Amino acid sequence: MIPRFRNLLGTEPLSREQIEFILDQTRAFQEFQRHPLKKLATLRGKTVALAFFEPSTRTRISFATAASRLGADTMNLQAESSSLKKGESLLDTVWTLEAMKPDIVVMRHSSSGAAEFVARHIDVPVINAGDGSHEHPSQALLDALTIRDRKGSLENWNVTILGDILHSRVARSNIHLLSKFGVRITLCGPPMWLPRELELLAPNIRRVWRIEEALDGADVVMVLRVQTERMHEPALPADEYIRRYQLTPERLRLARPDAMVMHPGPMIRGLEIDPAVADGPQSCVLEQVTNGLAVRMTLLFHLISAPATDAPHPAKDSHASD
Amino acid sequence: MRVVEKRQLLSAEEMDRTLQRLAHEIVEKSGGTADLALIGIRRRGVPLSERLAKSIAGFSGVNVPVGTLDITLYRDDLSTVAPQPVVQSNDISFPVDDRDLVLVDDVLYTGRTVRAAMNGLFDLGRPRRIRLCVLIDRGHRELPVAAVFIGRTVDTSDTEIVEVRLQEIDREERVMLVDRVS
Amino acid sequence: MLLIKNGRVIDPASRTESELDILIDAEKIVRVGAGLAAEGAEIFDAAGLIVAPGFIDLHCHLREPGQELSETIESGARAAARGGFTAICPMPNTQPVHDNASVTRAMVEQAKAVAAVRVWPIGAVSIGSKGEALAEISAMQDAGVVAISDDGKPVATARLLRQAMDYCGPLGLPVIDHCEDVSLAAGGVMREGPRSIRLGLKGMPAAAESICVGRDVEVAALTGGHLHIAHLSTAASLEHVRRAKKQGLRVTCEVTPHHFTLIDEDVQYDSRYKMNPPLASREDREALRAGLADGSVDAIATDHAPHHAASKDVEFDRAPFGITGFETALSLALDELLHPGRITLIRLVELFTTGPAKVLGMERKIAAGAVADLTIFSLEHRWTFRAAETASRSRNSPFDGREFRGAPMATVVAGRVVYKR
Repeated sequence: MIPRFRNLLGTEPLSREQIEFILDQTRAFQEFQRHPLKKLATLRGKTVALAFFEPSTRTRISFATAASRLGADTMNLQAESSSLKKGESLLDTVWTLEAMKPDIVVMRHSSSGAAEFVARHIDVPVINAGDGSHEHPSQALLDALTIRDRKGSLENWNVTILGDILHSRVARSNIHLLSKFGVRITLCGPPMWLPRELELLAPNIRRVWRIEEALDGADVVMVLRVQTERMHEPALPADEYIRRYQLTPERLRLARPDAMVMHPGPMIRGLEIDPAVADGPQSCVLEQVTNGLAVRMTLLFHLISAPATDAPHPAKDSHASD
Repeated sequence: MRVVEKRQLLSAEEMDRTLQRLAHEIVEKSGGTADLALIGIRRRGVPLSERLAKSIAGFSGVNVPVGTLDITLYRDDLSTVAPQPVVQSNDISFPVDDRDLVLVDDVLYTGRTVRAAMNGLFDLGRPRRIRLCVLIDRGHRELPVAAVFIGRTVDTSDTEIVEVRLQEIDREERVMLVDRVS
Repeated sequence: MLLIKNGRVIDPASRTESELDILIDAEKIVRVGAGLAAEGAEIFDAAGLIVAPGFIDLHCHLREPGQELSETIESGARAAARGGFTAICPMPNTQPVHDNASVTRAMVEQAKAVAAVRVWPIGAVSIGSKGEALAEISAMQDAGVVAISDDGKPVATARLLRQAMDYCGPLGLPVIDHCEDVSLAAGGVMREGPRSIRLGLKGMPAAAESICVGRDVEVAALTGGHLHIAHLSTAASLEHVRRAKKQGLRVTCEVTPHHFTLIDEDVQYDSRYKMNPPLASREDREALRAGLADGSVDAIATDHAPHHAASKDVEFDRAPFGITGFETALSLALDELLHPGRITLIRLVELFTTGPAKVLGMERKIAAGAVADLTIFSLEHRWTFRAAETASRSRNSPFDGREFRGAPMATVVAGRVVYKR
């Protein structure tokens, strides 16, 4: 039996078996997306609290749709209209949410560790939808599913991640997840955002300074979003970034002919990725979105339907039937 | 939970004869095999539906389509799901609209599984008719559900469990009545 | 009269380490010797205990005036007494900043009225600690400050530091600097390194401290003044200090108990591990421990930084820096330095007594005629620190629940026992 987990705070704590279980379970929800009637009553009467303290459209809509298709209701907290602006602390905001008795909290916040912090203080399971620069586990899971579906397995590929790795929670979650499957990871991006310590995150990680070298032999290329301006950091001019790190069709040809191109979105066409690549045959961006919905349905279903607790569950034998 | 075997309800030969009889009944009471399809409810309804289809093919020469349905997402009470719910996909490669469907399961008990199965089928389309075929009807219905094709009806108490053991899943072939012991 | 009998007296000033009795009258030590007796004296039996001169904490925050929710002079002093401290030096980053003599007088008065231990305030270097113009330093000194610092921040520019050191030379006041290159450290919440990368938290590189220490040491050479480095935390900073001492410069430094105990790998998403300077690398900790032993480090100072619960119970990024320290300082020193054999007992006592005293230009000794400030402690007494039971108003300590071997047992200030376990 695969060990249960109550919260999904990151991919680092998950075992291979747990990850494979989630990906296997997602198959049913991928199939479900092809039903003419995309509405289940599985989580009817359950409430999913979407606590997004950082603006997000895509991830929030993905989780909201996942909840809704499972028949659950959603409670929506958005940063712009949040009482946080009025000085209420994160804990008070979350305790207020908890008092309305959601069955799960899906949370995005700009501080690393915020999801774990909240999970320690409330008695409701928490899914981390992105905390600062730390983790974004559902993204890594949907990325892994996309790779597995296209390539047949997750084992031993060469994966290149391009961009500002230091500040990327998507990169970290992917690094933690993929390295559990023997994947060789190449990181490439502006040197001030590619510190040596990234190589210590997991086995089989290397940093490379030139994009040409980074793409050579790659089976999967993950392109990260760019934030050209950062607090407390000198800005990198966009033209510099394009010149050194943009994924163009010419550069993509250095990778394996069947290399997958992935992007967590939203893309800035013409900045980190050439539009021809974004729309080209190797681009998996739309599959990622579809898979994201299925993965999030899996997560909501499993974490809500039978939340892991410390109390032993009454044993059920495999013959119990109605 | 401990269980104690009480008695055997069907032997392997009895199971085989019963399934053959059910296969004939299904074809007779459907006026033939046109539009007919079998849907096995995971887990044990699946091998049973495959055997029924094989039997039908044997005496009628027609390969009736067989699909499988996972009802985990359609249950009305999540807390009765196993400690670790495992969702499988459905595998129904034919359109469901206007079909004459026979749902196949191993044991009919409260009727909730069948209700969930019907919810699942309606998500896929609008069958013309749904009837139920079970190997064992053990009574104690909690919903207005009835099987048209029944292998055997058995009287059971609340603590007893009917275990249909199939070669494909359990590596043995018989139907046992067992009792829960605290 | 108070007679402290049967204790093992450790007096660094006279290099004494023997079983001696101490007779105290009024506020002074009148006799030190073996087998003393005195009619009508209150007896304190210190059998099995160490008797040292009264400990001094060069660096703490009492939050009064202005932030009394977190701590007051009274509560902080009580916590200090429980930690064995007989004198404490509160930093000026209060509200308002302690940059003029009227604040000094208010603090000194309040301390006289309610504090269990001596309170020797540290005044600001610059007005408002804004780093622009010098504060009224000599007036503050007359009112009672023993040093100046803009702690919480570094002295803003080399030029201001030079002015301050030049000015303080004749006054005999040390300038204490919180060394941090703000351009490198800004936004950081922990030490930059493998742990900060894994946690996704913005880091402050070790160089942010040592670059500033290097700057300060050069200014010390330029002025000949007395520079004291607050809460030194890295090997590189310690190297600067060593070299400065070798060159005969008047540069001293202190290390906090949390820096010789914890490292960056210990940090979790828990603001009780967030302080500035942040917990450093394993190598830095080794260097600090060596420096504590070999004399390159002059003093242990707590940097006791209380924050009331609501302010610390937030996301790591948003939490204020700092942890409490009075009540765990000695026990940590015993557990991490003495018991594992990294330093000798007399050296440990120096770090709490003559070391800080020298920085302030004072004496600390056990001898007839000396002030009757004593710290009596046990090397063996087992206890568990519980933040909920602290005398401090704040509970932000990563050592909550930690079991210790060794503890302060009694604190004597001006001849009175102000704390007894």
